[in-house]
Amino acid sequence: MCCQYILLLLLLGVSGGVSAVEVQRPRGVPLSKRQFYEEDKPFTCLDGSRNIPFDRVNDDYCDCQDGSDEPGTAACPNGSFHCTNAGFRPGFIPSSRINDGICDCCDTTDEYNSGAACQNTCRELGRKERESLQKMAEIAKEGFLLKQQLIQEAKRGLEDKKAKYADVQLSKNEFEKRVEALRTVKETAEQPEKEAKERHLKAWEGKLGCESISPSTVCTEHYITDSIVSLINIFLARLSCLDATYNSSTQTNSLMITRNNSEGAVMQSELFCCSVMLVKEDYILDLLSVCRNLEKEISFDFGPTAEFAYLYSQCYELTSSEYIYRLCPFNRVSQKPKYGGSETNLGTWGQWAGPEDNPYSIMKYEHGTGCWQGPNRSTTIKLTCGKETVLTSTSEPSRCEYLMEFTSPAVCQEPSSLDSVLHEHEEL
Amino acid sequence: MAPVLVLWLAVCLSVTWAVDRGNFKTCDQSAFCKRQRALKPAESPYRALLETMELTNTRLTLQLINDNNKVRLLLELYRLQGNMTRVKINELKPLKPRYEVPDVLIREPPTEPLSLLSQDENGVVLSLGAESQRVIVSARPFRLDIMEGRDVLMSLNSRGLLAFEHLRMRKDTQVEPEAEKKEEGDPANQSETTKEEEEKVEDGMWEETFKSHSDSKPNGPSAVSLDFSLPGVEHVYGIPEHADTLRLKTTDNGDPYRLYNLDVFQYELYNPMALYGAVPVMLAHNAQRTTGIFWLNAAETWVDISSNTAGKTVFGKMLDYVQGSSETPQTDVRWISESGIIDVFIMLGPTPNDVFSQYASLTGTQSFPPLAAVGYHQCRWNYNDQEDVTSVDAGFDEHDIPYDYIWLDIEHTDGKRYFTWDPHKFATPKEMLQGLMDKKRKMVAIVDPHIKVDSNYKIHNEIRSRGFYIKNKDGGDYEGWCWPGSAGYPDFTRADMREWWASMFAYDQYEGSMENLYTWNDMNEPSVFNGPEVTMHKDAVHGAWEHRDVHNLYGFYVQMATAEGLIQRSGGVERPFVLTRAFFAGSQRYGAVWTGDNAAEWEHLKISIPMCLSLGLVGISFCGADVGGFFKSPSTELLVRWYQTGAYQPFFRAHAHLDTPRREPWLFGPENTALIREAVRQRYALLPYWYQQFYHAHRTGQPIMRPLWVEYPQDPATFALDDEFLIGRDLLVHPVTEEGARGVTAYLPGKGEVWFDVQTFQKHNGAQNLYIPVTMSSIPVFQRGGSIIPKKIRVRRASSCMMHDPYTLYVALNPQRTAEGKLYIDDGHTFNYEKKEFIHRRLSFTNNILSSVNLAPDAQFTTQSWIERIVILGASKPSTVTLKTADGKESQLEFDFDASMSVLTLRKPGMNAGVDWNVMLQ
Repeated sequence: MCCQYILLLLLLGVSGGVSAVEVQRPRGVPLSKRQFYEEDKPFTCLDGSRNIPFDRVNDDYCDCQDGSDEPGTAACPNGSFHCTNAGFRPGFIPSSRINDGICDCCDTTDEYNSGAACQNTCRELGRKERESLQKMAEIAKEGFLLKQQLIQEAKRGLEDKKAKYADVQLSKNEFEKRVEALRTVKETAEQPEKEAKERHLKAWEGKLGCESISPSTVCTEHYITDSIVSLINIFLARLSCLDATYNSSTQTNSLMITRNNSEGAVMQSELFCCSVMLVKEDYILDLLSVCRNLEKEISFDFGPTAEFAYLYSQCYELTSSEYIYRLCPFNRVSQKPKYGGSETNLGTWGQWAGPEDNPYSIMKYEHGTGCWQGPNRSTTIKLTCGKETVLTSTSEPSRCEYLMEFTSPAVCQEPSSLDSVLHEHEEL
Repeated sequence: MAPVLVLWLAVCLSVTWAVDRGNFKTCDQSAFCKRQRALKPAESPYRALLETMELTNTRLTLQLINDNNKVRLLLELYRLQGNMTRVKINELKPLKPRYEVPDVLIREPPTEPLSLLSQDENGVVLSLGAESQRVIVSARPFRLDIMEGRDVLMSLNSRGLLAFEHLRMRKDTQVEPEAEKKEEGDPANQSETTKEEEEKVEDGMWEETFKSHSDSKPNGPSAVSLDFSLPGVEHVYGIPEHADTLRLKTTDNGDPYRLYNLDVFQYELYNPMALYGAVPVMLAHNAQRTTGIFWLNAAETWVDISSNTAGKTVFGKMLDYVQGSSETPQTDVRWISESGIIDVFIMLGPTPNDVFSQYASLTGTQSFPPLAAVGYHQCRWNYNDQEDVTSVDAGFDEHDIPYDYIWLDIEHTDGKRYFTWDPHKFATPKEMLQGLMDKKRKMVAIVDPHIKVDSNYKIHNEIRSRGFYIKNKDGGDYEGWCWPGSAGYPDFTRADMREWWASMFAYDQYEGSMENLYTWNDMNEPSVFNGPEVTMHKDAVHGAWEHRDVHNLYGFYVQMATAEGLIQRSGGVERPFVLTRAFFAGSQRYGAVWTGDNAAEWEHLKISIPMCLSLGLVGISFCGADVGGFFKSPSTELLVRWYQTGAYQPFFRAHAHLDTPRREPWLFGPENTALIREAVRQRYALLPYWYQQFYHAHRTGQPIMRPLWVEYPQDPATFALDDEFLIGRDLLVHPVTEEGARGVTAYLPGKGEVWFDVQTFQKHNGAQNLYIPVTMSSIPVFQRGGSIIPKKIRVRRASSCMMHDPYTLYVALNPQRTAEGKLYIDDGHTFNYEKKEFIHRRLSFTNNILSSVNLAPDAQFTTQSWIERIVILGASKPSTVTLKTADGKESQLEFDFDASMSVLTLRKPGMNAGVDWNVMLQ
């Protein structure tokens, strides 16, 4: 009980030296509210509910409902105390932390009567904060430059994709026409071979027309004529725009196709049919999926300026003491035991899930492998600005709910002037 | 596909909410229970041999003979100080000693002389001292009747159910012990030389199997049983732990209540199945008298209850009344235990408080916890690592919610090796503990009694090399499956083992521990995942005794040894705090108990009330249920309601299963954070009152959380209430336990009394059912008119930060315009209160004078706390208010009067809380 009147001596850290400035106001009142606390005048609770004599301000008894009469004591359960924290950042603490024996304000002003041995750490904290802000600002600056490049790349990439898409659309149409033509050829070719074919089919144990035969089964067992190979190769050539996955699959098939043939027309016709099947079942499907992928990529939400597009089809790993975590942005997150064992899906791409003012700060991956007696695994990725694209941490706050931190230049904001940030924190 | 389907099915089945009843025995599956329950009330075969009677200054002894088999028993009868009678029955000459429970009684109960009033060939009459109380020993058949005047208070063996399975040689193997072993389990070996009138050998006498487990029973049948009749009694309580109503039900149409400490996965509500702990104490109550029965036996026990009015409808009872039916209501109770002896303490009351102090004089009172332990506890299975602990701790500050203890479950250890820390997740435990200490907060880490069998583990090696493990029936160390995999179980029944265990808590033994680290003993039933009924084999060996004899004591001893360790590490200065799941009579002396693995369901919130009330009645006051529910995930509404309820129960800890989503109080939006904050703050504001209740419980054995009938023993409307309760005498709490509730109906007891709503100060009359509309903001709590409750309304982030804060006194006037309360203050954490370092004052309001008087003039303690405000409820407006302090100084106090609610608030009287003063209203 202690703290009636108040002369705050504020030490201002000014470059070059230290000078003392006297600012008279009740303990715990911020400068901005000084005018409400005028000595020699009755005090009006800041909510206007009541007038009290000024000597009841900070008299360690709560008179105002809003706690405004006790800014410097713990008397009001809902009060708050202003720490000036010269040299660092000013702030408010709940008044329940005044004189509780724990140092909360770096300028030690909250523990004026508790016997707690607090050290003034404001200058040190200020220095550290300035350093870290500086560092962050530098990172942000560099990151922001990188981000501009990413935006440019994304723009180019998008144009490429659009062109590719148009091309594929064209191929697809062309292709469908050719398939129709082939079908006609096939049907014609089949006619004279009908009997022979039936004989052959008996040997294949009741497998019916080639429409229902799995092409892969049939094709691996037979030889193919050169003419058909060349026919197919024409199509392959026209589909040259396809991506890596697609290419690898076509190569496998063409390998099978180039094997030599010494059997008769029966085989020819069937293989012909088979090649149509290949074309229909694989290539059309692949083509469609390429189209869909392109469509998806073109319309995908890679951020306001597509700055996150570079993450697409990339993967990033982080190794902990037990597991290797793998994040493939916009695709999935997984976990694999370091020393063998199968991979667990921690979620597939869900959506951007940041707060309204910054939706691109959090990614959500959902519907991973189910947990015993629990939910399906899911992962939240927090993105922060960094020069490099790195998965920096991972944790499992709740069972099967993972939290990872990921840095990327794409998150970097245009650095507001570093100087202004630093100055802001020296203001009183 | 098939394995996937099986897995899927397994998952589906396992998420279905229910206990797997098949894992636990019914009475029919427990051979001795089945055998004993098959005996029906009839004339007892036992006869008292009056010629063997010996009466000394302290006791009466008498032989009983079973006329069927001629086996003799020895009856010992004691009159104990404090209006109790002890009845002990053992075999006169047992083949080998039978187990008598040690360490539970705090001392050999002091006796008072019994005097012989009369004697003839039918029996003897002994005086029990005051109040014309007598005990009549009838000879043929043997029975005991305890009388007061012309009323029978209690009869023993009146239904002839005294049964004592005497120890015997196995008839088919009456050979050398060595040979006996070889022949065990050979049922073909039938002996022709049976003796005269030996009972026939039944299944399960010498061997018993349950599921895949077999119990070898080398000592054969050894059960004991006795019946008690309680004329005039319709309400019996106690015998925890069961997930059932406060008032015990009759068991005629189902199983008896079972007392056998078990780790029951996902327990079911409202049934008599055994749970984690056992206190074999029953209270019987009617409007005239309260009595108690303490059956001191640590073996598996079943309790049957029947009543002659149970089946009757209200109409039937009325008919009886109109027709003048002579039958008075009566409750009959029967206790059956698997081994040991009959050792019964009959507590004759006559008031509830008398029974509490009688029981306390036998087994001790609630330990007085450090003040911080009465605050809020934040637990989860598991806080994953040090960063997690730091961020949860910071979360409480960020959201301005107080808490005192953060808890670490089994995952904090290095591979479930207790007394160790995970080297990656908790690499620097002292740093973490120091961080908490800097904020005046504390931590609890789990230490379970199963010890990983691992030759690289110090604790295991020491226990093994000292021979401290419980042995299996073949003499090797008993091993069972628990969290660490294969585990041994230290024999806590051994004093030398307990001493060693206690020494492991020394700061230099328990690496990474500091003075703000406390302990949680879980799984101490003991839980054995691959044992019968998820516990230890009954034929495991504790020195001279079988596990069968000591089972229900195991958890009691674990907590005893742990609490002793925490005391010793501080050189006997600091009070320990240890939470246990398993318990027995006397466990109150060692710390707190919680109701085990409950679930996030409204019904589980509701059952927490009768479960803790039942424990309080038998001495264990420091009780709580996992706030939020352990299994499953609570709805936000349930979580908030649970915090509001838990804030008014003695042990206030939130806990959650590993598989549930996080539920720290701030994860449910700002509105719910505010509701939970308010609930926790109400708890902290009331800490002075709570602490004083703990002190009182420690001194008297009275429960902290009480059923209403304890304070209103003559009001039958209170006898079965278990949806509301009292804290001490002065606060009545009616939790909201229904989803979407818009109001509750609370019974306010006490004709001519008044109750004040603590939120609104609205006054209500007693002896009425009151409908109270509720919102989400709080639950109904009332202060009794006539009471004074001290609070500290400057709630801070942990209890010890509030140590020097001033008090606000809430004086609630009764219609006679008087009120009384107490104020207890000490240092909050040491045993110095035993050296009279405390302040204990009576606050009373009479004739418009409120005064503070020293209740302990020989005690010494000073406090910085002062009285900042006095709120008088039900007051009228004074013209002046004068404060007079001990030095004779007088000063006028400012005040504020709210005429609409008749609330007078005295502003800042300012006197020290530890001195004499009075305040006069004029």
